[in-house]
Amino acid sequence: MKRREFIEKTAVSTAMVGFGLSLSSFSKPDVKQITILHTNDVHSHIDPFPADDPRNPNMGGVARRASLIEAIRKENPNVLLLDAGDIFQGTPYFNYYGGELEFKLMSMMQYDASTIGNHDFDNGVDGLYAQMPFAKFEFLSANYDFKNTMMDGLVKPYKIFNKNGIKIGVFGIGIELDGLVDKRNYKETVYNDPVETSQEMVRILKKEQKCDLIICLSHLGYNYKNEPNTISDLKLAALTEDIDLIIGGHTHTFLDKPTVTKNRIGEEVLVNQVGCYGINLGRIDFFLDHNKAKSSMGKSIVV
Amino acid sequence: MVNLKKYNDVFKLFVIFLTLFFIVSCGNKILTVTKVEGKQLPITEKIDQKSEIESFIKPYREHIDKDLDSVLAYCPETLDKTANNWQSTIGNMMADVILGRGNTVFQARENKTIDICFLNHGGIRAILPKGNVTARNAYEIMPFENSLVVVSLKGEQVLEIVSYFIKEKQPHPLSGMTFTIDKNNQPKNILVQGKPLDINKIYYVSTNDYLANGGDNMSFFKKGIHTYDLDYKLRNILIDYFKETDTIKSIQDNRITVE
Repeated sequence: MKRREFIEKTAVSTAMVGFGLSLSSFSKPDVKQITILHTNDVHSHIDPFPADDPRNPNMGGVARRASLIEAIRKENPNVLLLDAGDIFQGTPYFNYYGGELEFKLMSMMQYDASTIGNHDFDNGVDGLYAQMPFAKFEFLSANYDFKNTMMDGLVKPYKIFNKNGIKIGVFGIGIELDGLVDKRNYKETVYNDPVETSQEMVRILKKEQKCDLIICLSHLGYNYKNEPNTISDLKLAALTEDIDLIIGGHTHTFLDKPTVTKNRIGEEVLVNQVGCYGINLGRIDFFLDHNKAKSSMGKSIVV
Repeated sequence: MVNLKKYNDVFKLFVIFLTLFFIVSCGNKILTVTKVEGKQLPITEKIDQKSEIESFIKPYREHIDKDLDSVLAYCPETLDKTANNWQSTIGNMMADVILGRGNTVFQARENKTIDICFLNHGGIRAILPKGNVTARNAYEIMPFENSLVVVSLKGEQVLEIVSYFIKEKQPHPLSGMTFTIDKNNQPKNILVQGKPLDINKIYYVSTNDYLANGGDNMSFFKKGIHTYDLDYKLRNILIDYFKETDTIKSIQDNRITVE
């Protein structure tokens, strides 16, 4: 009898303790951090620029980028490492090895995903296909349809990453190929409208998949001042909603700091690009919190 | 046994309670962004190289360097992009070499002969300095993957090339054709392969695929009757030329005469 009473009491008190702990976990903010690291337009720049380079002396280099990434991962293991395209073309490494070394090194640095830039078609869609075995990361493009090319099935529109209990939806957007890339290279790759495609991605990632964060990896280009009708990252940000961050490329834009802009319902969106040639690594840290009163709290953006 | 049964009942209730509790509590939990920090980290020489990556790159680099830095020819006088009578020494060399080497392919494949080579000055990305010539020089002069094409043009369009020259006033590489610009800025004495230009004749003009597709506003190439892709990269033409040449000559002649 004594034993039974003891067990009953213990069970109940355990439940009470559990209840109490759960309550306390509500009152204490449980802040989760995710670090987004990103590059764009590296263009086969594997070695640093030489000391006598007129523009970027001693800058860049994959071996240095790798140790910086490693140091950041040690500090916070919840890292997503992304590239916004134009991995290929720019040094003899590409002419000699067709992108093999670029993909191998990105895999060693544990890149999570990349989108596809116009120069990634420079050896044709077949040339890109030939290097796929060397890439241990995802290729994301929602608005390029590779159905009738060799790349069919090798490119996903989006991928959801679960890091530190945070659900991050990442999708890719590519630039219009006609007039920019030789048709002989992109072959039957179909380009679809970036805005419509992005809205569809956001619907899936936010409404259906309930992602906590949505990132667009774009190769559209930052902004085209003299061509107001050309779609760019700033335009895409303004014409869509529910995207938290647009990581851009193509225009080799060096920004002093990430751009904070407004989406079509007046919410803040971050747009970033870090120049080119692996000269910089972009870093965006998101801090998330279990919080019911979102609208009253807001978020602070420190750039 | 009784004790155990009683225990199980309590335990079941407890599990149900906890399950319900967590369903209710988790349903209210939504992760929201409270803070965002963004910065750019420059990759400078202050960052140590990751040795594992560096040693992985090394054999690739050495292979390329060995290939690119082996001496192929000698250049006794720097060929540069300086305009002299709307020509440059490097432009002359490139146009002559491309016409010459292009012809070996074109004659073998199509049994036809290239009359003119015409390229863009902006496409020459470096000079050829005095000294040893390597494949690296070819990569620096011509980093793009442009390849050789031959476009068959009517004499009328060849005349448009001349007009393009007069309008642009740039030392675009030219070979196989000479002409004079008179005091009124009009062309005269246009000779192709030493013979006067015939407006109705078909000429074979070699250029790169970028220009043949109308790049740099070279609209005359889009009026071509036929385009022949020779699948020969301009950079490889240069490398092949360096390989078979001992000493690179600097050619300064009067392809364009300005009165």
